[in-house]
Amino acid sequence: MTVFYLVAFLAIFFALMTIFTKNPVHSVLYLVITFFTLTIHYILLNAQFLAVVNFIVYMGAIMVLFLFVLMLLNLNKESEPMKSNFVKIMGAIAGMCLIATLLGAFRVIEPNNQMVVGNEEVGLVKNLGKVLFKEFLLPFEISSILLLTAMVGAVLLAKKDVKKV
Amino acid sequence: MENIVQNIQGVPLNHYIIFCSIIFAIGVIGVLIRRNVIIIMMSIELMLNAVNLLLAAFSAYRGDASGQVFVFFVMALAAAEVAVGLAIIIMVYRNTKSVDIETLSKLRW
Repeated sequence: MTVFYLVAFLAIFFALMTIFTKNPVHSVLYLVITFFTLTIHYILLNAQFLAVVNFIVYMGAIMVLFLFVLMLLNLNKESEPMKSNFVKIMGAIAGMCLIATLLGAFRVIEPNNQMVVGNEEVGLVKNLGKVLFKEFLLPFEISSILLLTAMVGAVLLAKKDVKKV
Repeated sequence: MENIVQNIQGVPLNHYIIFCSIIFAIGVIGVLIRRNVIIIMMSIELMLNAVNLLLAAFSAYRGDASGQVFVFFVMALAAAEVAVGLAIIIMVYRNTKSVDIETLSKLRW
């Protein structure tokens, strides 16, 4: 139980560091740590498959992609565009208003203090695979088409135009 | 052993909801206050992850595997979105030599 609060605190702290650090490379590294804490959350929820996928796909693939692009563009602290202080304060206030609204909304709905106790069977690959390939077969196939489209689109967009150069 | 697992896991559902909304709001603040396009995309990833964790928490709470399958789909979607988004950013950078989102304001005309 205390593990949850410790990891939640760490996740919030590193998420804040992600958006407030000036250097973009540090920002990406903090985001990686945030995702790592979320992986610990998945393990606490008994969602083992999701924890592994989060670890490999998010931290391994997506964040490395971000890091590659940042280093390819050679961005650092000096070239980092910053908004004026006024816009920053307004943005922070808007975010606080969002949190306040959400928390107020949760107070109105009936207080639900039942414990989340993860079922050991639900998060395993065997069980998830059965659900994925029986009830969600069509979305699964469509998502494969989506990934193919994204791959073709990414290559097409990032490729240099041969005729112009 | 059972007792340890119970001690690790017994967290009220409300606390998961509050935690995930805080992370989501941090993502929203990040989108609002930064001008670097890449950081804005990272904030969007943060928001997606907050929703993912909440879906997984509800799934564990209800003992239903559908929520975790949804998280799986969201992850696939996020991967596709990041690939296309970063390709667009590279193309914009090649044309304008900047990742500042203000330089894109000329798209209005």
